[in-house]
Amino acid sequence: MMRLTPRPYVSPHQLLLVPVLSVLLSIILGGLIFAALGYNALDALYQFFVAPLSRPDQIGNLFVKACPLIIIGTGLVFCYRANIWNIGAEGQLIFGALGAGWVALYLPESWHFMMLPLMILGGMIAGASLAAVPAFLKTRFQTNEILVSLMLTYVAGLVIDWLVRGPWRDPMSFGFPLTPYYPDAALIGKLSLPVVGKLGQLHWGILIALCVSGLGWFILSRTLAGFKVRVAGDAPRAARFAGFSPNIVTFSVLLVSGALAGLAGMVEVSANMGQLQPQISFGYGFTAIIVAFLARLNPAAVILAALIVALSELGGDSAQIAMGIPKVVTGVFKGILLFMLLAGETITRYELSFDLRMTGGKMSRGDADV
Amino acid sequence: MQKIIGFIALIGIAIGIAWWSMKPQDEVQQADGASSDPLKVGFVYLTNPGDHGWTYAHEVGRQDLQAHFGDKIETNFVENVAEGPDAARVIRELVEQGNEVIFTTSFGYMDPTLKVSKEFPNVKFHHITGYKRSENMATGNIRFYEGRYVQGVVAGLMTKTNKIGYLGAFPIPEVIQGINAFASGLRSVNKEASISVVWVNSWYDPVKESDAAKVLIAEGADLLAQHTDSPAMLQTAEKAGVKGFGQSSDMHEFAPNAQLFSSVNNWGPYYIQQVQHVMDGSWTTGEGPDHWAGNTWNGLGDDYLVLTEFKNMPADIAAKATAARDGIASGSLNIFEGPMMDNKGNEVLATGAVLDDGGLWAMNYYLDGVLGDLPN
Amino acid sequence: MYDELLLTVLLTSVPLILAATGELVVERSGVLNLGVEGMMLMGAVAGFGVTSLSGSPYIGMLGGATAGALTAALFGFFVLGLATNQVATGLALTIFGTGLSGLIGAPLVGQAIDGLPVFIVPLLSDIPVLGVLFRLDLLAYLSIGLVAGTSFVLFRTRAGLVIRAVGDNATSAHALGYSVLKVRFYTVMFGGMMAGLSGAYLPLVLTPHWAEGMTAGRGWIALALVVFASWQPWRVVGGAVLFGGVTIMQLAGQARGWSVSPQFLSMLPYLATIIVLVAMSRGGRAERGAPAQLGRIFLPPR
Repeated sequence: MMRLTPRPYVSPHQLLLVPVLSVLLSIILGGLIFAALGYNALDALYQFFVAPLSRPDQIGNLFVKACPLIIIGTGLVFCYRANIWNIGAEGQLIFGALGAGWVALYLPESWHFMMLPLMILGGMIAGASLAAVPAFLKTRFQTNEILVSLMLTYVAGLVIDWLVRGPWRDPMSFGFPLTPYYPDAALIGKLSLPVVGKLGQLHWGILIALCVSGLGWFILSRTLAGFKVRVAGDAPRAARFAGFSPNIVTFSVLLVSGALAGLAGMVEVSANMGQLQPQISFGYGFTAIIVAFLARLNPAAVILAALIVALSELGGDSAQIAMGIPKVVTGVFKGILLFMLLAGETITRYELSFDLRMTGGKMSRGDADV
Repeated sequence: MQKIIGFIALIGIAIGIAWWSMKPQDEVQQADGASSDPLKVGFVYLTNPGDHGWTYAHEVGRQDLQAHFGDKIETNFVENVAEGPDAARVIRELVEQGNEVIFTTSFGYMDPTLKVSKEFPNVKFHHITGYKRSENMATGNIRFYEGRYVQGVVAGLMTKTNKIGYLGAFPIPEVIQGINAFASGLRSVNKEASISVVWVNSWYDPVKESDAAKVLIAEGADLLAQHTDSPAMLQTAEKAGVKGFGQSSDMHEFAPNAQLFSSVNNWGPYYIQQVQHVMDGSWTTGEGPDHWAGNTWNGLGDDYLVLTEFKNMPADIAAKATAARDGIASGSLNIFEGPMMDNKGNEVLATGAVLDDGGLWAMNYYLDGVLGDLPN
Repeated sequence: MYDELLLTVLLTSVPLILAATGELVVERSGVLNLGVEGMMLMGAVAGFGVTSLSGSPYIGMLGGATAGALTAALFGFFVLGLATNQVATGLALTIFGTGLSGLIGAPLVGQAIDGLPVFIVPLLSDIPVLGVLFRLDLLAYLSIGLVAGTSFVLFRTRAGLVIRAVGDNATSAHALGYSVLKVRFYTVMFGGMMAGLSGAYLPLVLTPHWAEGMTAGRGWIALALVVFASWQPWRVVGGAVLFGGVTIMQLAGQARGWSVSPQFLSMLPYLATIIVLVAMSRGGRAERGAPAQLGRIFLPPR
């Protein structure tokens, strides 16, 4: 029988190797699945991972796709580091878009010079307020935050549906479910890079995303607050002895991840849509979970992780256009990737052996508290 | 810190390699596109074309188009495209791959199509069911509601319980036009019957459609109509021994005893006409800022909407249905003609008046015969 | 009229009963499998596909159960064999199962199958209103049998004692010579089989189609039901019928012309889940009946 023994020391090389090997293994497994489905595996992998980067503008689009993933992923890293399982970022993103949309649609014209800051604020408050529900219920009643945050995602989807079809509907839209266009002051413009100029749809929201990731890295690894989060997750008992309130940590990480998901919603709508519609997120909140793990719960690595996952999203489109491979294959790839990452985590933390001796007993720390 | 620098270097290297390895091939492709190859026509689909509903009807239209022009054109499609920024990206990819005519077949593609149409003024875009047009973006739609009037007539004559169930996807103009046309047809033959509308909040959710149909049957409905896409409602009707109407495509094989008839969206003539215009050089989106001439909105009269054979009903009812269909097709029968009352008892159209297209899009009421309030 | 509505409610609750009962046993052994939704979808697509190929809904039922169990085995391999984080692995399973079922099911969209036939129990089915309890299909009857069986095994047999011991105190169970991981692997497989059956129920009874993501969150509601039931099998049935009732009520309300926005009515099952979770979470963990070591990794000691 397989046995796992904790490793006393994990080298930094191994920490870096795991995500790389996981991605490679997922690509190989993906190729096998393509072959099993009767496609030319090499062609399919080419369409999936190379074709989406064949033009400069597509590289811009890759960053556009990665942008919400970076922002949400950074927030989720805080949650997961503290062993708090927020899986409702999708709903928090929708609420953030609603908060920002409310500012965009109803802010008086004389205030337009403050438009974007207020939208960012509105989006973050709205996202955080949705995340506050599982935070409150968890700290007050020990209610499972996984299920509550997920159920609220369904609710958020219906709230935006109702707003866009009802109270916020554009009177000029012939009854179709769209809000009016945001005023120009509420739009995030395209980013003009030095030398290359505009790159596809690349907008300056990406700068927000990069800042969020950098700031997240700083807070988590260089401040007392970040230390508390890490201790709460890694050694809850020690945290309690040190006088860190677990409830405050729970609240903070959920609010941070909710606010960042809300910010992602604000950026996504302002940069790419310019108005609200019934569907504004396409699984970013769920995909960001994989991003957080691929980054090994490190906010700085979230950028690269988001780019890789975004590539698989774009690859799904291109494989479909070129070869007719159903787009859901992206989901399969993402699932495999997450499995590989988790397995890799084990292999760095434990030594695999086939020892059969059995004496005594030992529990490892709780990874989920229900 | 080292780790971060390593990551950033990795991104750079990965992108660099990918970019470099792709460059030459890309240029070859573009050179190919410039020669006098068949006209490439692209389609963007909302769902899997096998759904037997909305997208399936477009897929049939695409096949008709391909069959009509043979090797003079090359058609291709992308399925399961979400309505948002992804759609704009997919449309751009279709342009990059050399498609010169592009049909985007769901309402939510309206703004993405408009946006991309401005980036590529030489490509001809058609958006289905929307209202925004530009110099190189036309719109097309089918007068689906015409078939629903005929459904109302048949339902009014067939119902024993005077309760009719109606599944709606979302309360948007096209669906409300359909409900009101149904009510108009119903009232033309039956003053007692009423329509219960259930909103499913989805175009395609077989489980919920089945559940809603079961509930409506339990509530006493003996005739079901649907403005959702799956055959699930008709199959439920078949099992329960009640009757109903199909949607988008002929669903007879799913419910041989229950389907009275189905309103089939026949996109072929529209696609063929538009591509012919492009080939002749006569393609236009009309004049003026709104380009209204660029909107094609035809129905039974032009075979854009086709009703399947009237089945599972007595011959005299089938005859009345035929008369209603032919009357609409020839223009002798007006579906929305005054006096018209809403379901709160207010007159919405005066005696002798006929509702114009503007009035059709402004419907924010249920006609007499429909139960409940219009959402929002 | 009311019996017809009641019948619809019952049919809606059967998949919840099946999936929640399976998950209940898994959690009783101390494992939290959040991949119910993914396993259900695999069960649904397999149930549909196998029925379509074989022509027999019964073989389809077995196909669904097998697919669910195989998907669960993947979870078991990672969580038990490799001691991966249970929450993350469960999420991976849902993402993977949703994608793979969509991929397998792409050519099946738009087809229809003949589902499970209804067995009418003579005489009993003529009872007013409650007669609908005897106008169900095999799998619906079976679901009640499985709840009874689960309840019996968990609380009246040695096997049940071992499962509960493993969930409440793995170390002691291990010291007593039980293989914790083996017991947990069996319960995970059982949970997968039940989720597979639950998923297969959708295309075999509720609607004769396959659609991508057709479970629409039922797997997650099943997870909430386990908490609602405070890990007692029979309470799952009550909870499932309650949720079925809320789901059907919002449709019936619309049919009767209630003037509430359909979106708000559609929120009811999800809001009800949260309310129930809160109601059941009050009080301590032990009072709620949660297995003491739920979600914790157990490593057999050296």
